[in-house]
Amino acid sequence: MRSDPNDYELVAPGNLSAVVSLLADQPGSWLPIAGGTDVMVQYAAGKLTARKMVSLWNLPELRQIEVADSELNIGATCTYSQIRNHEVVKKEFPLLASAASWTGGIANQNRGTLGGNIVNASPAADSLPALLVYEAELMLVSVRGERRVPYVDFHTGYKKTLLAPDELIRAICLPRRTSGYVSYSRKVGARNAQAISKVCLAALGQLSNGKVNDVRIAAGSVAPVPLRLSETEGVVKGNTIDSALIQHAKKAAAGEIRPIDDIRSTAAYRSAVLGNLVMEFLQKLATGGQSA
Amino acid sequence: MTAPRARSDISFTVNGEARTVSAQPMERLLDVLRNHLGLTGAKEGCGEGECGSCSVLMDGALVNSCLVPVLQAQGANLITIEGVAQKDQLRPLQQAFLDCGGAQCGICTPGFIMATCHLLSKKPQPTLEEIREGLSGNLCRCTGYAQILEAVQEAAARESAR
Repeated sequence: MRSDPNDYELVAPGNLSAVVSLLADQPGSWLPIAGGTDVMVQYAAGKLTARKMVSLWNLPELRQIEVADSELNIGATCTYSQIRNHEVVKKEFPLLASAASWTGGIANQNRGTLGGNIVNASPAADSLPALLVYEAELMLVSVRGERRVPYVDFHTGYKKTLLAPDELIRAICLPRRTSGYVSYSRKVGARNAQAISKVCLAALGQLSNGKVNDVRIAAGSVAPVPLRLSETEGVVKGNTIDSALIQHAKKAAAGEIRPIDDIRSTAAYRSAVLGNLVMEFLQKLATGGQSA
Repeated sequence: MTAPRARSDISFTVNGEARTVSAQPMERLLDVLRNHLGLTGAKEGCGEGECGSCSVLMDGALVNSCLVPVLQAQGANLITIEGVAQKDQLRPLQQAFLDCGGAQCGICTPGFIMATCHLLSKKPQPTLEEIREGLSGNLCRCTGYAQILEAVQEAAARESAR
């Protein structure tokens, strides 16, 4: 059933301090809404349980991408269009740029925000594995002040996060340490554009004297949360990539994911495809990024 | 049943004209355009941001108007399909859709035209791949897309020639 707009409140205080004051006054009773690409879909379907919304759209404090010497700070309501077209993102964080370009069509990229995607906490979100491998940190803000948390700790269970009821994500901070790495990402879905992933993988690696010096692998749609594949990384790190290592890595990956059967795919298919994506990444890394 | 909330006055520019509507802040921009302002060119297809039939330009950016609460359009510059033609004169890109058979039943057409306006504003001479990407959020169930892609290529040529 369609929702009746008379039943909902929406306010737009227009600056960050007014928004966090509102959240502090009545913690948990206001749902922040940025570009609406998730909230408005639930609203249209009559499934939005929140009745009071506070708009973050076009808050100047959350809409900037700041380039610092050691990190890139992406304001939480920067859109996918802003992110995929940013020169430093394209050059140093190509996995994020490509994930942004896969997220919905152009109209949704013009409205969907990275912070919204993180808080919505879908295990299938395309950009979240990229944030895991870049070892992002989140800057959280409330009237109590700011705190930084490693993104890897942020999702505590299916659609659960460690965000307090009076807190917002202010920025996503990406360390500028991986520009020379080989990067690999692939989304497997029913079609490339505007389809939700069956499985997606983002990975980074670096070889030194023929051995894997550093490796980071993360996947979406294979567990209740976007997942860093630490055991698989442990198998690969410090070793030379050969067919035995690839088989070993595929087995480790299958062991640490928890895929499910749902409307988009099956656990068995997801597991098989994930192993193949890990293999494709390692083959690319072995050649120093020369092959596709 | 709760008592109706007080409406808010929300102002924006539509197709070059300043307008103020009295609306609930959570009303969808699509409904405000269609029901308050009589601009019925933008269509509701899926109502969840998948089909692009409700596409409009908001401050130059292509958006699905079914996913925009009208309060977020406060102060915005909006262009709908009704604002694309110059008086009675179709834009070359609209004529290209007609000439190439890029429209059949017509439900998706306003959205495709708006997506094409947006694409050509960013990339006046798009490659076929860029056209496919630029229109990937718009669904058509009649044409099979070939005529639409051809229309956009033709539109790019005509728009740049004018």
